[in-house]
Amino acid sequence: MIKAILIFNNHGKPRLSKFYEHYNEDTEQQIIRETFHLVSKRDENVCNFLEGGLLIGGSDYKLIYRHYATLYFVFCVDSSESELGILDLIQVFVETLDKCFENVCELDLIFHVDKVHHILAEMVMGGMVLETNMNEIITQVDAQNKMEKSEVSASLKICYLDQIQ
Amino acid sequence: MPAVSKGDGMRGLAVFISDIRNCKSKEAEVKRINKELANIRSKFKGDKALDGYSKKKYVCKLLFIFLLGHDIDFGHMEAVNLLSSNKYTEKQIGYLFISVLVNSNSELIRLINNAIKNDLASRNPTFMNLALHCIANVGSREMAEAFASDIPRILVAGDTMDSVKQSAALCLLRLNRTSPDLVPMGEWTARVVHLLNDQHLGVVTAATSLITTLAQKSPDDFKTSVSLAVARLSRIVTSASIDLQDYTYYFVAAPWLSVKLLRLLQCYPPPEDASLRSRLTECLETILNKAQEPPKSKKVQHSNAKNAVLFEAIALIIHHDSEPNLLVRACNQLGQFLQHRETNLRYLALESMCTLASSEFSHEAVKTHIETVISALKTERDVSVRQRAVDLLYAMCDRSNSKQIVAEMLSYLETADYSIREEIVLKVAILAEKYAVDYTWYVDTILNLIRIAGDYVSEEVWYRVIQIVINRDDVQGYAAKTVFEALQAPACHENLVKVGGYILGEFGNLIAGDPRSSPLVQFNLLHSKFHLCSVPTRALLLSAYIKFINLFPEVKGTIQDVLRSDSQLRNADVELQQRAVEYLRLSCIASTDILATVLEEMPPFPERESSILAKLKKKKGSSKLPDMDDSRKNVNGNTEHAEDAEVASKTPQFLLEELISTDRPHPSSSATMLPTRTMVPSHTFTDNLNVNSAPSSGASLLVDVFSDFSSAAPTESSDEHFPRFVCKNNGVIYENQLLQIGLKSEYRQNLGRMYVFYGNKTSTQFQSFSTSVSSNDVLCSQLNVQEKPVDPLIEAGAQVQQILNIECVSDFSDTPVLNIQFRYGGTLQNIAVKLPVMLNKFFQPTEMMSQDFFQRWKQLGAPQQEVQKIFKAKNQMDTDVTKAKLLGFGVALLDGVDPNPANFVGAGIIHTKTTQVGCLLRLEPNAQAQMYRLTLRTSKESVSQRLCELLSEQF
Repeated sequence: MIKAILIFNNHGKPRLSKFYEHYNEDTEQQIIRETFHLVSKRDENVCNFLEGGLLIGGSDYKLIYRHYATLYFVFCVDSSESELGILDLIQVFVETLDKCFENVCELDLIFHVDKVHHILAEMVMGGMVLETNMNEIITQVDAQNKMEKSEVSASLKICYLDQIQ
Repeated sequence: MPAVSKGDGMRGLAVFISDIRNCKSKEAEVKRINKELANIRSKFKGDKALDGYSKKKYVCKLLFIFLLGHDIDFGHMEAVNLLSSNKYTEKQIGYLFISVLVNSNSELIRLINNAIKNDLASRNPTFMNLALHCIANVGSREMAEAFASDIPRILVAGDTMDSVKQSAALCLLRLNRTSPDLVPMGEWTARVVHLLNDQHLGVVTAATSLITTLAQKSPDDFKTSVSLAVARLSRIVTSASIDLQDYTYYFVAAPWLSVKLLRLLQCYPPPEDASLRSRLTECLETILNKAQEPPKSKKVQHSNAKNAVLFEAIALIIHHDSEPNLLVRACNQLGQFLQHRETNLRYLALESMCTLASSEFSHEAVKTHIETVISALKTERDVSVRQRAVDLLYAMCDRSNSKQIVAEMLSYLETADYSIREEIVLKVAILAEKYAVDYTWYVDTILNLIRIAGDYVSEEVWYRVIQIVINRDDVQGYAAKTVFEALQAPACHENLVKVGGYILGEFGNLIAGDPRSSPLVQFNLLHSKFHLCSVPTRALLLSAYIKFINLFPEVKGTIQDVLRSDSQLRNADVELQQRAVEYLRLSCIASTDILATVLEEMPPFPERESSILAKLKKKKGSSKLPDMDDSRKNVNGNTEHAEDAEVASKTPQFLLEELISTDRPHPSSSATMLPTRTMVPSHTFTDNLNVNSAPSSGASLLVDVFSDFSSAAPTESSDEHFPRFVCKNNGVIYENQLLQIGLKSEYRQNLGRMYVFYGNKTSTQFQSFSTSVSSNDVLCSQLNVQEKPVDPLIEAGAQVQQILNIECVSDFSDTPVLNIQFRYGGTLQNIAVKLPVMLNKFFQPTEMMSQDFFQRWKQLGAPQQEVQKIFKAKNQMDTDVTKAKLLGFGVALLDGVDPNPANFVGAGIIHTKTTQVGCLLRLEPNAQAQMYRLTLRTSKESVSQRLCELLSEQF
């Protein structure tokens, strides 16, 4: 299972953290820092897998990561997951973000934390992979947006009516 | 159109985030955040009801603040309120907040559960999905209790939408992981298996994950999934990729599902049905064939997906370990990957080959790649990959290539990354021992290890070399000669001095004939290192010196002079000083015969498994370690070794001989051996030899007390020691700079006697020493503790003993407190220590037959008689340790009662003055989840409760 999904930038600033096992807040922050130190000191072009840090459970867990421009996407998984499979999953996640935000960049993640969480929720649930088909994921996200839009416009109408009265 | 348009965000949120980003310093950021938190708090507390939009906005802000690493201690209520909103956006943000911020212990769970219940019943798929996500993400016990029975129903209901089925499957999987006991098996299990035939591949994927986990726990119930999984896999593998439309990923057909199906099949042995078996073989062959085809795309995603399936297929082939043909093909394929330009593939190939090496069919084939692996060790840029190469070399090592592999590992060690040095040291030490035909090679290898990486050579390693040298007389002369030569180096590692001191002390006589290593030369060589060493090593050297006096009477005078020097006789360190005094005295007054008897050569150690192996396993986790015995290994990862457990659980046995040569490396692997021992042996020494003034009986008792206390940690506070006493009766209960309190206790039926030893650690006497035992009002009537008087003066460095008589009147759950008061250098000291008298001390173990057990178990079936607790393992899960703890707890362990041999069943009777309470217990370890389930049934509710509390803290 996936124990945690972390996104942080080249300076270690967290942009998304999702833990599927409970830790207290301090430990979560320490794990993010520890993971950043482990991952960021690695050269480009080395392999995408390494053993987890001590806080996350040491060598029983693997960190599988990809580095895109300014962001690191790190999945911490146990031995029941396929390494290459998770690597693909990261790719699907990023491609989905890219479709949803149109040329996604770090700022999108900063200003739309909630959206990123919602997209991730379509892919991973309780540490298990829910969906890997990008079209299916985007369909779900689109459906959410439609509902959101209709609710927003409905509430605007009410405001408008309020003003007229 | 992008799915998320950038304009529809919340303006207030965007402004706040920009503010934070513009902060120049951490302080400014914190200030801005605190301001915002105050603002939100006032909004939430304000009289004006907030509309959904504002609530959503503030909750988003809180999420952002939380992400930055700040504590959020409010807003939960508002988030819970959002859950019951009818608006999707508000509900969604409420659920998001809860799954990110609410932990499983939160008191809000009940309210959240209510909202979830409504959403699950809403028949609105979107709402149902949100609710299922929340259950899966939080995964708490309360939620499992509330929903575990609903979810299977949703999963198999005919009218459930595909997306909801997907979520329900994974939700159930999650609950099964966190609270397996709460997820009922039932008629739904059969129907879940049939989800493997579902039209929707997303549903199949989720169902496969679920079935894999369930099948690991109860394989028989899910046997039928094998044929369905093979059929499904076959359809995917042989299909033209267009059939699967969206689930084709970069020209690979449903790679994720294929991987999951191959994982599921790894829960089972090869199918027995011939046609099914050939169909599976065909699938595996097709996957192997596809690897040889030219890629359909140059994109890395294409090769990733293809290889993900390939590696999983190879894992299945290795797991089945039955088709030599496939195994050899797998090995060849991995061999190709070993030289692939993609680092990821090299890494994975090394990892897979490790498991392949333990198959008898392919061990030889793996060995042919040795040169490639060695070159990987030397040339890989990535430490992760090099580490896998070390693992593989270790796994492929056998008698034929051990010299080469050990040599390569040793030479790699010189430049290895610090992070993996210790592990390599352990591996080299194990291989050298295991494959040593010629023990001189073994001795050379270990000495080289110490020379190259002395800092990483743990005690276990040098203990082991000494055990082996002692036990094998053919190597003793060579060992003495080699350490003597190694010690010539101007700077040598302290571990070498230890080994050298020990071996020369025992076997120096074997090389003393050579004038270049005459007794005096040997002694001078050792003594030249003395001043550079730490106290434990110096203590060991002093023992070596006294052994020299016995071996070589001609150097007696020289050594006595050394012992007599002020730096020894008046050494500030008590241990060294005492040894110097006693050894000097011994050498002066004992006759040659007595000396020869006392300082005789060490007897051989009992043969047992290397403690190094246990250490390596502990370090690596047993799952990925190649088996040391040549027996085949279960690839799924269970390499349980009962022997290791023994090593960990054995309390050191102190033989007379061992004590005299105080630093004899102990066969078991107690890391704290030296520090514990150094304070003990000198007393026993005098005790047993009677050469000094007669020791008080208290002192010798104290020795016994401390000898089985193998992990003295002098600075810990008293409460930390307390839990250890639940399962044992003797040890140190309290220690500070002034005082050490040791206990020895014995219980029979409802009576107990406790010997308390107060040790004055200072060089000043304690005056007005007094003690009292206090109990609260309730406890007073349940437990009588009567103290015998204690001496009001404790001289410097002395111990006094006090006896406490204990009587258990009725069952109790509180703890008496021992209050100690004394004057030290004019100031009054007060110490309060919880006395480890617990209910379980009054246990009498009861043996019974399986039939009786079940009969009684049923008799104690009333709900208040049973207490059950499920808890996470705090320590490594180890059968023998658990056994020892349960026995220490006081019950009899009943074998053959529980159908599952991994479980423990015990029985005993608690004796109190008023009644006797029969007690049955069952402990079920779940190694995979690292959890235990403890069930206790006794005839009295309070007893069940208390015993459960006590015992559940022990694992």
